[in-house]
Amino acid sequence: MNTNIQILPITLNAQECIGWVMSPECGGIDIFIGTVRNATKGKAILRLEFEAYEKMAISELEKIAQQAFEKWPAQRILIHHRTGVLQIGEIPVIIAVAAAHRDAAFEACRYIIDTLKQTVPIWKKEIFEDGEVWVAAHP
Amino acid sequence: MKINILAFGIAKDIFEASAVKVEMTNDATVSNLKYLLEKQYPRLKKLATYMVAVNNEYALDGDTVHERDEIAIIPPVSGG
Repeated sequence: MNTNIQILPITLNAQECIGWVMSPECGGIDIFIGTVRNATKGKAILRLEFEAYEKMAISELEKIAQQAFEKWPAQRILIHHRTGVLQIGEIPVIIAVAAAHRDAAFEACRYIIDTLKQTVPIWKKEIFEDGEVWVAAHP
Repeated sequence: MKINILAFGIAKDIFEASAVKVEMTNDATVSNLKYLLEKQYPRLKKLATYMVAVNNEYALDGDTVHERDEIAIIPPVSGG
């Protein structure tokens, strides 16, 4: 198995993710760690909530990983995404890519996070002091 | 036929349920389904966009839906 794709309701562990992609034939690992920011457009955020259509999200993430393998000579791809309530500073997403050379790792990692944000059925709700909003729902 | 529709994110708020059932003719398409749902839940039309997934794949408006399909409303995604 050269992919490790999971939707998890528990704290993501970056060190374990790096450990999983590391392999003797790889000279570089690129890791993207998304973290919960304390504000959006100048407005303070209390916390975020993530919901996933889990089966489809996994299947869409598998597709993205396969596309990345077709585009770049990457060796191992890991994508972990959180669900549930996340506080400021917690990690909603980790993407780790290992490749023989750094260009493939950088580019594949960037492609995976950018595409994930466009196609994978996962939703983020921002909770403010005075209300809450599903991100991107309305124009 | 009666079809079951799963809802996520804001669609769940709009339906006030995580799944709803609707009655449709046997040769119904995704487009027919959207029309019916938008009539029943006008707030769907206020969304930036939304997709329908059939059996865990994004479906096109002309695709037909069947009684045993797993159908879901996919409002604009915002993961990551």
